[in-house]
Order: sequence, then structure tokens, then C-alpha cells
Amino acid sequence: MNKELAKNFASGHSACAGCAFPSIVRTILNESPDPVVVANATGCLEVTSTLYPYTAWKVPYIHNAFENASATISGVERAYKALKKKGKIAKDKKIKFVVFGGDGGTYDIGLQSLSGALERGHDFLYVVYDNGGYMNTGNQRSSATPYGANTETTPVGKNSFGKMDTRKNLMEIVNAHRIQYAAQGNVAYLNDLKKKAKKAFETPGPTFLSVFSPCTNNWKFPTSQYVNIAKLATETNFWPLYEIENGKHKINWATEKPKKVEEFLQTQGRFKHLFSEKNKPVLEQIQKMVDEEWQRLVNLTD
Amino acid sequence: MTQYENQKFEFEEGAVIKHDLDKAPKTGDWRYMTPKVDKDKCSGCSTCVSYCPEAAIELKKYKDEQKDKADIDYDFCKGCGVCSAVCPMKAIMMEKN
Repeated sequence: MNKELAKNFASGHSACAGCAFPSIVRTILNESPDPVVVANATGCLEVTSTLYPYTAWKVPYIHNAFENASATISGVERAYKALKKKGKIAKDKKIKFVVFGGDGGTYDIGLQSLSGALERGHDFLYVVYDNGGYMNTGNQRSSATPYGANTETTPVGKNSFGKMDTRKNLMEIVNAHRIQYAAQGNVAYLNDLKKKAKKAFETPGPTFLSVFSPCTNNWKFPTSQYVNIAKLATETNFWPLYEIENGKHKINWATEKPKKVEEFLQTQGRFKHLFSEKNKPVLEQIQKMVDEEWQRLVNLTD
Repeated sequence: MTQYENQKFEFEEGAVIKHDLDKAPKTGDWRYMTPKVDKDKCSGCSTCVSYCPEAAIELKKYKDEQKDKADIDYDFCKGCGVCSAVCPMKAIMMEKN
């Protein structure tokens, strides 16, 4: 085991072979200059890292419920401030607070507690690893599942091409709270993610990171491919890398000739049905949606 | 008053569980493909290190060569093949167990 890399999150967890989130967790936590306390929403990360009697976490870790990870960290953060005021924690001792949630525990179930914690202005970092669905329970749709994806609750059939709704734009919802720093990252661009995590830790008040995290099991691709697929998502503009600092948008990665979104879609079994003659319009629709979203983002940077 | 009043249980106090690597399941037995590092080809760029989901790769001194080379901890390696896929030198090959 690489002790330096695993100083916060160890080996021995039971995440699927070829899962993306261990790299996200390690990269982000290793950027923290101070000791951290982690709260975790229910999800793959929680289930796989805390198999009794073992825990992969070397840092204080709290799992409470699916919907209240942000509320939990709010309480911890306020307790820290109160104890500091009373002199029970040394004045110069700094502690960072981090929440990890999947897209189910963030986009859907935990949205109210995230919104509350952002509004109250607690000093914490929220990280959502976005794998586009409830992967822990077997690939049910979430509001982060992309348009056209085949999931257990949006199955493909005679009259269905998979999920028929567009995904929620959580970055806009978070930005509506006017927090100082929010950013979108990708597990394939770890250096970019490092910079963003560092910035988030340096910023006082609530900060937010949304990180792309491919799921080998339910997106249906070989276990060795998560980095390549995540890279394609950014190269096709499906998952742009950008940050919002004090309301100002900045794109971190762009190319003059983005690849066609098909190149990203064809790597995964959940989009296999889109490549039939019948579903050609859906494919065109996805390309149109990606182009529009990108254009909207570019307009925001001006 | 319960029947267990005088019994001692081996639960950890206050339900706090401490990290202890000895209790970790050795996930190496999940592996059906094994990554093998070709140390002559490996340039020690460390690309594979941070992408490994198990943090099982370390750069270690190899013989008397100047540059450290990738070294895999087979206790935890699940054999996913990510290291082999990201290696720019094609120095990691997946072999059947």
C-alpha cells in the first residue's frame, strides 16, 4: 500500500475493481493543509469503505443518513466554533470539514440539507462524486442521470429510449446561494482537481466541488477504462471543467475542435441502444443539448 | 435488568471504530488478471500511482537504477487494469492468474 497516498483513505475498501471515487477522495483530502473531519451521505462510498469491523478512513468520519450529510457537518462545524470560543480547542488549531456525497445524496435526497448548510454559511467543502444514478442499489435513475441513458427505472423498450428527461444543473442551484467558490472537476484531470481542492480549502465559508466519476459496473464498460471515459466526457464538452469564483465563471479546459459526443456515448453499454437506426434523432438531440449547454457556459464567462 | 447484565461484549466503546489495517479484507483475492510491471520500460512517471483505486502502486528503488520504478502491492490490487490502461510507456501488462 502506498502509505503517502493513502494517508487519509486506506486500501482494503470494497469498491468495485476499477471504481473512480477512491482517487477523488484521496486527491481532495490530501490537499487539505489541516486535519479534516469527514461526513458522508449514504451511497457506494459509505457502504464500501466501512465494512464492520474495518474502516478505510484514517480521519474522523461520520455517516448519518442519506438526506442529512450537510446538516451533520453543519453541527460538527458549529460545535468546533463553540468549543473554540470556550477555549476547549486551542485558538490556533484549525480543522477542515468535508462532506462526500454521491449524486443521489446530493442532487435528489440531500438537496434540502445542502441548500440549508450553504445558506447558513458554514465553513465546509461539499464534494459530490457524480456517477449519474443510484449505483449502489443497482442503477436506478437520479436527476443527474444523462438524457437517453438506460437504467433500471428507465428501461429501454419499444416505446422508450431510456431516460427522457434532461439532467439537473446542480452548479446553477449551488451558485444561486452566492457562495464564494464552486467548481466542476473530473477524475481524469487530477492536477486540475488538486488545484480546485486547494482553492476550496483556502476559501472561507461554504465551497462546492462537483466531480465526474464513471461507474464501471452500471455504465457497463471494462474495469480498466474509467480514466479514458472520463477524459472523453470533457473532450466532447459533455462535462466541461469550470469554476465559479465570486460569481465569475471561468472555463479551465477547452479545445477548438471538441470531439463528437458519440465518441463518449459509444464507450458505454448504457447508451448502446442509441446507435440503432430508430434512435438516431435521440443522438442528434443529445449533441444539440451538449452544444447548447457549452454555448451557454461560454456566454457566462464573458 | 437484563440477562446480559454481567456479560462483557467485544463491541468497541461508543461505537467508535478505529482504522486498523490488519482487519482489512485482503482485496487481492478478487483478482483474476494480474498487472506485471516491465521495469525496463517503466520510466517512473507516476501516472498510474494516483489513478489506482486501491493506492496499491508505489515508486520504489529497483536494483541499482537511478529512477524509482512502479511497484505493485498484490495484497490489495484487485486487478482492474487501470494502471495498464493509463501507462504512457505501455510498461504494465495484464496477465491471467
